[in-house]
Amino acid sequence: MDLTATTTIRKPASEVYAFWRDLRNLPAFMAHLEQVRTTGDRTSHWVAAAPFGKDVEWDAEIIDETPAEKVAWRSTGDADVPNAGTVQFVPAPDGVSTEVYVSLVYEIPGGAVGKAVAKYFGEEPHQQLDDDLRRLKQVLETGEVVRSDGAPWGKRARKEFPQRPAQPLSDAELEKGADA
Amino acid sequence: MRANTWAGRNKVEVRDVPDPKILNSRDAIVRITSTAICGSDLHLVDGYVPTMQDGDVMGHEFMGEVIEVGSGVPGDKLRVGDRVVVPFPIACGACAACAAELYSCCENTNPNAGIAEKMFGHPVAGIFGYSHLTGGFAGGQAQYARVPFADVGPLKIESDLTDEQVLFLSDILPTGYMGADMCDIQPSDVVAVWGAGPVGQFAMDSARLLGAAKVIAIDKEPYRLRMAEQAGHTPVNFDDVDVRSTLLELTGGRGPDKCIDAVGLEATHGSAHIAAYDRVKQAVRAETDRPHALRQAILSCRSGGVVSVIGVYGGLLDKFPAGAWMNRSLTLRTGQCHVQRYMKPLLQRIERGELDPARIITHTLPLDEAERGFDIFKNKQDNCEKVVLKP
Ligand SMILES: NC(=O)c1ccc[n+]([C@@H]2O[C@H](COP(=O)([O-])OP(=O)(O)OC[C@H]3O[C@@H](n4cnc5c(N)ncnc54)[C@H](O)[C@@H]3O)[C@@H](O)[C@H]2O)c1
Ligand SMILES: [Zn+2]
Ligand SMILES: [Zn+2]
Repeated sequence: MDLTATTTIRKPASEVYAFWRDLRNLPAFMAHLEQVRTTGDRTSHWVAAAPFGKDVEWDAEIIDETPAEKVAWRSTGDADVPNAGTVQFVPAPDGVSTEVYVSLVYEIPGGAVGKAVAKYFGEEPHQQLDDDLRRLKQVLETGEVVRSDGAPWGKRARKEFPQRPAQPLSDAELEKGADA
Repeated sequence: MRANTWAGRNKVEVRDVPDPKILNSRDAIVRITSTAICGSDLHLVDGYVPTMQDGDVMGHEFMGEVIEVGSGVPGDKLRVGDRVVVPFPIACGACAACAAELYSCCENTNPNAGIAEKMFGHPVAGIFGYSHLTGGFAGGQAQYARVPFADVGPLKIESDLTDEQVLFLSDILPTGYMGADMCDIQPSDVVAVWGAGPVGQFAMDSARLLGAAKVIAIDKEPYRLRMAEQAGHTPVNFDDVDVRSTLLELTGGRGPDKCIDAVGLEATHGSAHIAAYDRVKQAVRAETDRPHALRQAILSCRSGGVVSVIGVYGGLLDKFPAGAWMNRSLTLRTGQCHVQRYMKPLLQRIERGELDPARIITHTLPLDEAERGFDIFKNKQDNCEKVVLKP
């Protein structure tokens, strides 16, 4: 499965690149990621979140990078869901902002993991990546992922509508968090 | 706390709901001292804006006292104890739209941007108490509200103006003003305003303030037209006369130079069969909006004029007079109000006595009587123009 998405962020390319190049930041805005750990200069270990299929983890390496312009990576070894990605940063015509072009490739296997991944992406797989980039923009432009009463859990708010009513959360709901 | 909630089509209900809490670091919690019912709330209650849910706290026109601020709100911007008016669009202050002062198109404040994008092509900002399409934010017809990006939106009131004098800076005063502002008014202009509701009244006052030679008010409610007339505007009742020919008579045959639609998608029509045509189409969802006022504004406006639309449209409409618009070089301008752009200058105009927003308030009720407030405002009972609720 090939996915592409793009957004424009009102920050210089060097800053957007630096945020992305520190791969540990990816789970802050990419819904399917639980954690990314750096294991070396160009190597890292990725853990996917539950909806992506339990216990899906893989190692990855950066295969190409140019500061302020580009990062490319791919999974290594026998990943359950072999995948690769490229992100390019292009100065926007306004002279202030950066255009971000992301492309991801997943080799979706058969079996339970494949099913879980397919279910996660649903009928409009690119929507997930669009939403990921919207959150990246929020984090870089405003400092955090924006929450509302109807969609209080940031990147975990995957269900669009109906959602919880637009009314303040109770203490119990707040305590239970996104998994309630 | 007590809050007025959406309880299905044609029904609001004041209920007990949890108190709001800080969810993002740039949030503040405001204890609400005054809040109002808006024509936009009627569109929600009448069921013309999709993605409302049972239990949604309504209200986007409110002010009060800051009782808590998040760790990301700088003290020189906002502190506990500040008295603030809160603008209805939630804006981040940092995106390209905010940088261009297009606050109601903020690119970051709508967590449901994906839904809005499907409907509108591109997303719109978060709005308090205004459906999940605009973010699912609890509104301000309540005792307390959570205000995101509290360091960007809220306007501090440091003088001793009453709530009634400044409350409408949250929405309808800037909205009416933007309606006139978009007309690029010249001293020779005759400006016609469709709708003598609260938004229309402020559009008329603003048009005069910006130098219009004459301001015409079009509606069918005699008491609303009287209110406009008392403020110095020329009334036209569309139930009694043909609007287009009356406008020609009032302008020496030219037609108004600038036309403002302050009615929106629930317009009624003097001619029963046209009204019925659009009502049926709206009921079967073949068209979502009833655009009588907009059509009439476009057909009435003089060639080369401006039609400025501040009445709200939600979806699709039928029989849009594209021929008149195109062939007669009309300019169409519109938008949800970029309230943050206008709050400070309008506060100064209120302080200088150039605008008297309190003139439109006809009813002040306790929050617990919100349901009755909606009723009389919607059904134009008891000469109701604007309802202020006190939590
Ligand atoms: N653009 C914005 O940011 C913004 C902000 C606030 C409100 N609004 C919108 O402005 C509009 C007016 O709001 P309001 O609070 O004054 O509402 P309102 O319902 O009190 O006023 C609407 C008025 O229009 C009159 N009307 C109906 N059909 C008409 C027609 N064909 N010709 C002339 N008048 C007609 C009604 O009799 C009524 O007096 C609504 O659509 C509301 O959603 C827009
Ligand atoms: Zn309003
Ligand atoms: Zn913004």
